[in-house]
Amino acid sequence: MTETFYDVMRRQGITRRSFLKFCSLTAAALGLGPAFAPKIAEAMETKPRIPVLWLHGLECTCCSESFIRSAHPLAKDVILSMISLDYDDTIMAAAGHQAEAIIDETIQKYDGNYILACEGNPPLNQEGMSCIIAGKPYLEQLKKAAEHCKAIISWGSCASWGCVQAARPNPTQATPIHKVPGLAPKPIIKVPGCPPIAEVMTAVITYILTFERFPELDRQGRPKMFYSQRIHDKCYRRPHFDAGQFVESFDDEGARKGYCLYKVGCKGPTTYNACSTVRWNGGLSFPIQSGHPCFGCSEDGFWDKGSFYDRLTKIHGFGIEENADRIGGTAAVVVGAAAAAHAAASAVKRARHKADDSQKGGDN
Amino acid sequence: MATIQTPNGFNLDTSGQRVVVDPVTRIEGHMRCEVNVDEENVIRNAVSTGTMWRGLEVILKGRDPRDAWAFTQRICGVCTGTHALTSVRAVEDALNIDIPENANSIRNIMQLSLQVHDHLVHFYHLHALDWVNPVNALKADPKATSELQQTVSPHHPKSSPGYFRDVQNRLKKFVESGQLGPFKNGYWTNPAYLLPPEADLMAVTHYLEALDFQKEIMTTRTIFGGKDTHPNWLVGGVPCAINMDGDLAAGAPINMDRLNYVSGVIDRSLEFVKNVYIPDLLAIAQFYKGWLYGGGLSGKSVLAYGDIPDKANDYSAANLMMPRGAIIDGNLKEVHEVDLRDPEQIQEYVPHSWYAYPDEKKGLHPWDGITEPNYVLGANAKGTSTNIVELDETAKYSWIKAPRWRGNAMEVGPLARYVVGYAQGHEVITEQINRTLSVLDVPVDALFSTLGRTAARALECEWAAEMQRYFMDKLIANIKAGDSATANVEKFDPETWPTEVKGVGFTEAPRGALAHWIRIKDTKIDNYQCVVPTTWNGSPRDNDGNIGAFEASLMNTKVERPEEPVEILRTLHSFDPCLACSTHVMGPDGEELAEIKVR
Repeated sequence: MTETFYDVMRRQGITRRSFLKFCSLTAAALGLGPAFAPKIAEAMETKPRIPVLWLHGLECTCCSESFIRSAHPLAKDVILSMISLDYDDTIMAAAGHQAEAIIDETIQKYDGNYILACEGNPPLNQEGMSCIIAGKPYLEQLKKAAEHCKAIISWGSCASWGCVQAARPNPTQATPIHKVPGLAPKPIIKVPGCPPIAEVMTAVITYILTFERFPELDRQGRPKMFYSQRIHDKCYRRPHFDAGQFVESFDDEGARKGYCLYKVGCKGPTTYNACSTVRWNGGLSFPIQSGHPCFGCSEDGFWDKGSFYDRLTKIHGFGIEENADRIGGTAAVVVGAAAAAHAAASAVKRARHKADDSQKGGDN
Repeated sequence: MATIQTPNGFNLDTSGQRVVVDPVTRIEGHMRCEVNVDEENVIRNAVSTGTMWRGLEVILKGRDPRDAWAFTQRICGVCTGTHALTSVRAVEDALNIDIPENANSIRNIMQLSLQVHDHLVHFYHLHALDWVNPVNALKADPKATSELQQTVSPHHPKSSPGYFRDVQNRLKKFVESGQLGPFKNGYWTNPAYLLPPEADLMAVTHYLEALDFQKEIMTTRTIFGGKDTHPNWLVGGVPCAINMDGDLAAGAPINMDRLNYVSGVIDRSLEFVKNVYIPDLLAIAQFYKGWLYGGGLSGKSVLAYGDIPDKANDYSAANLMMPRGAIIDGNLKEVHEVDLRDPEQIQEYVPHSWYAYPDEKKGLHPWDGITEPNYVLGANAKGTSTNIVELDETAKYSWIKAPRWRGNAMEVGPLARYVVGYAQGHEVITEQINRTLSVLDVPVDALFSTLGRTAARALECEWAAEMQRYFMDKLIANIKAGDSATANVEKFDPETWPTEVKGVGFTEAPRGALAHWIRIKDTKIDNYQCVVPTTWNGSPRDNDGNIGAFEASLMNTKVERPEEPVEILRTLHSFDPCLACSTHVMGPDGEELAEIKVR
């Protein structure tokens, strides 16, 4: 019988004190509060390391790259102590038939008891041969691994939605995991984002190991704890939006003051993700904090919704469906003054949004 | 079958046993390799195949050129950012946009942090297991390992016998658990592994240390670009505005706190490279310096575009801090100038690639590139179209096209850059190479090998770590002098653009020379072509039968056990292959691309 997570940690010289600290950090990362730390500890002490097959289809490996940047828990500890990462062609020692044999061994030994982690997606065009593994379509490897798994994690926007290779005209007919024809019906958790936040990835794994179930999912199959709020809802620049203080063009006075990026195209108001709460790379920053508008990389079909610098015209869910300028309209006069001081920028904006301007009212 | 000599000087013989490695693991993306070995287990024929295709350039057609950086960045999440930088440079070239000095410094720091991160992660997490045997590390004496560590790197603080004993115990329990994870089915009894147990333990320990540390290196990009992987970029500059002492500076992208953070990361990165990566490289190389296979094209034909402009907006070779130039026929005395706009210099061929040209005898310059997928197997292939047993390399056999520089197959990457720099007398590169050759006590020819490629990557990592400090100092000096500009938005509005323009942008990606060619028409992308490092290195044969860099590097290598591809992996990994990069091309009209032909 495989040893438990806690056995492994102890045998690797990790003290009980560090172990408990790890459990409380994990609880905090999951937003569960300190009361849950003992529960996590108990789970870790009694459960074996679960085998994971991490397959790669059409993708760019940004999800794996994000994963190894996790600050808590460290990727090292996930790989060595929490799961048994038996197949991951990006880091595994074996290649060729010795690598492929691992999939069969895992199916045989852990039928119905391993997790299938999918990074990327399979193409259906070109007979599936625009993604070849061991001389065959990746689709075959995916279907085989899915048939015998316990559950599927769809990492990132490729596996969740299709992402960049599925953007119009989707030349390979790249298909997100839940839409793959003939795939065994298994529970799927989507962790979208291009890539997902590292600590969100490791938190999802930790949650599954701890509670032996998926976290609560929304209607689209995403964990509610990380994807139930819009970036805009918790954005630190939100007060500027409410006050009608906007960046009119990059590197203007507003940009230097950290004003709201809505007018230069921010999709924070329509993007469900944890960037403005968990933030990135150990909570260091997120796109808006570094001055670039969110372009909604965790949303379905975000590549095909117009330029990243085009302004959203309709924002849902503020009580009424409304134009953001009007929502932030209490300070519309202030915006007007700012716009006058940046006439060139406003001209750019007007040119870009002629249609939009007619409905906007008195902002400039 | 008789031996065939390729024009670039390799004797191919397909009569021996065929060995297939698919998938080639520990790379980015998907790749296959087939070789023929003779009775002595020496590789006499090599075939490398890109096994994925995503069609990104088809997808780019008709899009806003200001968005192209985000699409092309998703070509690769490992060399994240380098495609984005190449893309914004291509658009700026087309539209004649100058960027502020601060933007140049910040972009350089971001690009250099990629070099540092990517090279380090490649060495430890993708390449090390070709040289290092973690199972053998269990036999090490922790005290002797500690002495070894203190000898090769006296300044690295983690060097006590107790520390190595703890790591060894952790490894022991891991192995004994029976769940070997990523080490499962490795080739741990293969005699190709040459390190003594203590060196293995030291290297495995640093595999873990590097895995912990690497996440810090890229945080410079989190500060400047908002996230990593895949930070944000901007046509005309960088999106992170600077506010040192104005109102609301605390909420600004770049302020004193943020600069201090970056500065600290730069210092710690350099320290790690100097105290861990370089000493490990030299220690491992000492034991493998008799294994000098894998030179391939590196001693014959190498190509670099150059990168890291010292001053903003000047992309001439003299202003680039990474070298530019081409060397052919092994003549290091002559470094040729490279012009990405010249239709006669860079051309792509497809006779052995799964694409169709109207006239496949001719190559096409990327500005005029056309590509139409055409997945067909050759008459002598074994298996079926969806179950390939053996490929037929006399026909089409890869999703990678064959780019050529004036008709020559070229190697790109850290070794190519270092060979060009060495030939040009680049001061730092020459010093680094001479120092390394002297420490290892090997002649300059040793450079042209798998080990030389691996060493060049480490030396370049050290150089890039130093250069981050140079540009950080430059950034601060410029801000201090009163210049806080980060973006030029004069031409951000598409209405200011000419009807029809074209441009080219280039960088040196960690894996080698990278360029994007763009045509813009009526404010939209009309044509977009990327020729990426692994397109060069992983190229299949061309019309004349020249083999590409991967294939050439495998030739004449002796393998210990043909069924265990340690040596093949070792040499292929020395290029740091990136297959998602190499295999994405343009359909002329974005038409339905689903035709399959099998004969």
